[in-house]
Amino acid sequence: MTLLAILGVISSAIYSGTSLLYATLGEVVGERSGIVNLGLEGVLLVSAATGVVVAGQTSNPYLGILAAMLAGGLMNLMFGYLVITRKANQLASGLAMMFFGFGLSALIGKDYVGARIAVLPRWLLPGLSGFPKLYTSLFKFDFLIFLVIPVAFLVWWLLFRTRWGLGLRAVGENADIAFASGRNPLWIRYQALFLAGLLAGMGAAHLSIAYTMTWTEYMTGGRGFIAVALVIFSKWHPLRAVAGSLLFSAAVAFQLVLQNSGIDISPFLLDTIPYLLTLIVLIAWGGTRKQSAPASLGRVYMGSE
Amino acid sequence: MAQITETPKRATFLSQKTANGVLRYLMMLLLALVLFGIILLLTGKNPIQSYIDIFRSTLTSGYGFSEVIVAMVPMVITALAVAIPSRVGLINVGVEGQLYMGACLAAWGALTFTQLPAWALLPLLMLLGMIGGAAWAFIPGYLKAIGLVNETITSLLLNSVAPKIVAFMIFGFWHGPMDTNKTANFVPAARLPAFFGTRVDLSLIFALGLLGLFWYVMKYTRWGLEMRAIGGNPQAARRNGIPVKAYLVIVMCLGGAIAGLAGMSLVSGYYGLLLANFSTGSGYMGFLISWLAFGDPLGILLVSFLVAIITTGGNLLQLTQGLPYAAINILLALTLFIVLARPTFFKEPKA
Repeated sequence: MTLLAILGVISSAIYSGTSLLYATLGEVVGERSGIVNLGLEGVLLVSAATGVVVAGQTSNPYLGILAAMLAGGLMNLMFGYLVITRKANQLASGLAMMFFGFGLSALIGKDYVGARIAVLPRWLLPGLSGFPKLYTSLFKFDFLIFLVIPVAFLVWWLLFRTRWGLGLRAVGENADIAFASGRNPLWIRYQALFLAGLLAGMGAAHLSIAYTMTWTEYMTGGRGFIAVALVIFSKWHPLRAVAGSLLFSAAVAFQLVLQNSGIDISPFLLDTIPYLLTLIVLIAWGGTRKQSAPASLGRVYMGSE
Repeated sequence: MAQITETPKRATFLSQKTANGVLRYLMMLLLALVLFGIILLLTGKNPIQSYIDIFRSTLTSGYGFSEVIVAMVPMVITALAVAIPSRVGLINVGVEGQLYMGACLAAWGALTFTQLPAWALLPLLMLLGMIGGAAWAFIPGYLKAIGLVNETITSLLLNSVAPKIVAFMIFGFWHGPMDTNKTANFVPAARLPAFFGTRVDLSLIFALGLLGLFWYVMKYTRWGLEMRAIGGNPQAARRNGIPVKAYLVIVMCLGGAIAGLAGMSLVSGYYGLLLANFSTGSGYMGFLISWLAFGDPLGILLVSFLVAIITTGGNLLQLTQGLPYAAINILLALTLFIVLARPTFFKEPKA
């Protein structure tokens, strides 16, 4: 096990963790307004496919990212129409969105399966230029990676330091009282879902445009569900979400280290480590999370007649 | 997440509104077909021809119809695996994982006890499948009952783990001499017998039997009453002396056992071997079907039949229209969206 291999593992953990963190941040915003989106997996797939196709058509990865974000936002608005305006059950609508995402992304991306697209430029992490090129080549990141921690702080600031965020959280705690104090729960939830979709789209764009640079069906591989689990893990707090996705990425990295070090364990068993670790941490933290959940999470706001 | 367990209102199918209701569902289906037709047009396909293909391939030939039944059976069983826990207010989104574990254990039995005759081996495999599924469901059920972690989240995490365990067993130990991603074919005694030369097998009887049993237990037994009591108001049920925690764990395991049976019947009937990643979302499909049918036994049968027509027809569209197979999920999802959105086609009198 060389230093190079370890650094390589850390680098790939950062790459795989970034898309997860964006998606988790988006889900935090949505759930703070009281809406669980189990269809995140489908949203990510559609965004990833749209991003690759647009980046491929225009040979411009930035337009691809923008398109992926918009696709995420639109998907979430569709979900919003079901659960906010039509007051449908959130879990069932979410799973329906997942199937919709499976289908739509396959249709969008069908001419781009395996096709390579224009590369997103990468920059070296500042302060590392003195090191040998062999090592530093692993720490060249695209702007989406550099942006992810600031975005987490931005989401935190929006949720906890602005009037808009206060209103959003109020709707998530008790939509009736928020309505009584002059806010429009339906409109706020649409805004929250749209922002969540933009963030999910950024995550998906990072996965398909910056990281794998191609489209394959079902490429998100359950990231959407992991993000939903990480939201609970992070107690619906954007900064703790950073810790959550770091832990998950670290588990992925650890698994890669074990594989590289030639220890004879099946890669399939190692693949289960991140999920089991998340589960164990959830169990260890136990009931303390109950109070931190938005009180009307998953409830339909029927309006006041 | 505690408040997420909102139970949908039960529909009353047997009222004077029945005819109106059927008409409404037909309109919804028509709307879904029109929307998907527009998507097909946009991608340069002929929607009318596609629908004729779907209809022809599924309902006009005996073989096509039997294929619909083949697709329907696992949906009915997985939907039951969701419907039963939902009666006590548990949300079982873990059917996918339970199905894999049931299939895993059943495959172990089929590969180990190759000498047994069919009359002994098949019940053993069913038992193994049910144990596998129940054990996988026990984890979220128990964690929920002692109030530690919400069952939804545990199930979702475990759903990602189960296929990897199956892959580990196949790649590591069970793969056949020619392949790495699947086991050798099971011995004939480990196969569920099929009917009339089609691929419809004994699992159809499981599905129908379980539906009947579910309906009977819920309607006529003390267990059914107590389960409905817990689902309605857990506090009141506890104060009335119903052992709520035991019920939660047992009912969740029961759901898991049924999901495991679905896994067993897939490997022992449909495939005749264990394949890595053999199920893409059939567990989630069961959740949706159960939800759309409001957990009602007859509704589960009807919705499964409809969904089976769509997915079976989708196989053909892939061949004749050059669409990716996953694209049929769009038609499926559109149908689901429209049912979820509950559009009003006629002005209903205000209650």
